[in-house]
Amino acid sequence: MSNLLDLLIAGLATGAIYAIVAVGFTLLWQTSQTINFAQGEFVMLPAFLMLAVMHAGAPFWLAILIGIALSLLLLGLGFKMLLVDPMLRHGVLPLAIATMALAIGIKEAAKQFWSAEASPFPSIIPGGDVTIFGRVVALQSIGVLVLAILAVLGLTTLLNRTSIGHQMQAAAQNPTVARIIGVPVERMILLTFLINAFLVALASLLITPIYLAKFSNGEVLGQAAFIAAIVGGFNQVRGAIAGGLLIGVVDNLSAAYVSTQYRAAVPLVLLIAIILFRPQGMLGRPEERTV
Amino acid sequence: MTAAKTLKIGFGIVVIAALIIVPMNFNRYGLFILSQWAVMTIAAMGLNLTLGYAGQVSLAQGAFVGIGAYTAAIMTSSGLPLIGALGVAIVLCFAIGWILGYPALRVQHHYLAFVTLAFSTLAFLVFRNEDWLTKGIYGISNIPRPEIFGYPTRRPLPFYYVCLGSLGIVSLAVWWLIRSPWGRAFIALRENPVRALSLGIDTRRYTLMAFAIGSALGGVAGTLYAPLTQYVDPVPFHLSLSLDLLMMVIVGGSGFFFGPFLGAMIAVLLPEWLRFTQGYYLMLYAIAVILLLIYSPTGILGILDRYISERRTKAASALRAVAKAKLETAP
Repeated sequence: MSNLLDLLIAGLATGAIYAIVAVGFTLLWQTSQTINFAQGEFVMLPAFLMLAVMHAGAPFWLAILIGIALSLLLLGLGFKMLLVDPMLRHGVLPLAIATMALAIGIKEAAKQFWSAEASPFPSIIPGGDVTIFGRVVALQSIGVLVLAILAVLGLTTLLNRTSIGHQMQAAAQNPTVARIIGVPVERMILLTFLINAFLVALASLLITPIYLAKFSNGEVLGQAAFIAAIVGGFNQVRGAIAGGLLIGVVDNLSAAYVSTQYRAAVPLVLLIAIILFRPQGMLGRPEERTV
Repeated sequence: MTAAKTLKIGFGIVVIAALIIVPMNFNRYGLFILSQWAVMTIAAMGLNLTLGYAGQVSLAQGAFVGIGAYTAAIMTSSGLPLIGALGVAIVLCFAIGWILGYPALRVQHHYLAFVTLAFSTLAFLVFRNEDWLTKGIYGISNIPRPEIFGYPTRRPLPFYYVCLGSLGIVSLAVWWLIRSPWGRAFIALRENPVRALSLGIDTRRYTLMAFAIGSALGGVAGTLYAPLTQYVDPVPFHLSLSLDLLMMVIVGGSGFFFGPFLGAMIAVLLPEWLRFTQGYYLMLYAIAVILLLIYSPTGILGILDRYISERRTKAASALRAVAKAKLETAP
């Protein structure tokens, strides 16, 4: 029983990171039908940018700021202007394939310009343990969980409580009508790309101390976020959050109770079951069929 | 016969002759790469049938290549002939593809991609973990190459001809298939499933069929892959192979018969040509693919198609202009 609680907390901590990445993923899908197969690589890259800045002699806090700024510039603005804008009008699939190629490119660039070896990455959360209700819990897990929850709360507040959030939702749900009532749709789409870039940079900051900075980190992360987004509901932000937490917990529990060999299989079976019986995801709305 | 058709057939004969004659003095590595091109083209043709003609996105083609390769490796290592393994692989992949197609009936486009993605990873886990069958991460080595009509193909050149010959047979079969009523039903399925259904096409059966046949061709590619590398382990059949195959189909031009040939050429040969750039070659490959897709989202053959249709429109409007001028000058 005590073991189960530890696993749950660890699972929620990784799940919260998956949730952040999955939310970014669904935002891109909602506003601009972009299935970003490079999302995992987007999480891997900011850590390397921060490491590079630190290598140049900057302190950690400055490296974080510069890393986030670079990621907004490259993974937000650059990604939208250079890849999504020219390709979007040709449909979903060519763009999805282009993001696959982008994933290869980013991975190889990290390997070539940094190193094929895993590098340690400092944590923004102090190490050590805390005792809660007589249980010893790693401060790392608690910190990650708290920061991720704060990020998600901030985002949902932005989307549901502010004028900009409402404009973004309008732009996502019906761009034509949104444009008519005066919503700057283009700017809203750009904003979602910037939010996604910020979320992946945050996820990078939280997960890299645990996984170490390695060029291949994106493969696992991207797939986990992908599954989380589908399981939760591809077209709902809160679905992606629920999906992320669920996948994190299921992943950790199945590693302990099913088998370490088939650990990765359990979320996938969950994915297939969800798609077969509730294709819109746990919290998603069904998408209409067009003739 | 029109001049254009003669030109096309002539060009085809030249290419086939070149594929037979030119590699004769290639070294072992060159032949290996060319054989790999032939094998990947077969797998990509299967995916092109599923994706390009029937419009169903599959991210599991690499898993079917893996199933075929393991079938061939396990059967031929225990002394059974490759042709028997080929039969088993085709039946197995066809059946699994058929079952995997069922979700396609319930959900639409991108959800299907996710189911096949999950299947791809599950298949990889089975290859890696079921030691009793697949020898796990150590893999199966010393896979024998077949004898064709009593003629051994152990050396690289004869085996290259086995791959090329198989590619030829598969090409003819696919060529026939897409011109048959089935192929037309596949295209109807891609263009407008609801309309196809209301025209009396059994869309359920054709969707499953498109999946199953595409997957079976993946299995065919796998049965050639095993004796080509003579060593099979789980690594090459990771999800990335499925993504690579999808990229080949899109880059070559999905829905074009010759798309997979060009796509596989770019995916297999371009990284080799770029090898002189050392560590940068995959990066340059990725950039090349992105630039190509930005320039022409319908792939290489899309460029050609656009050029030809532009020329036709120009020719047609020129004819119209002449006709109009005649009408005006006539009293």
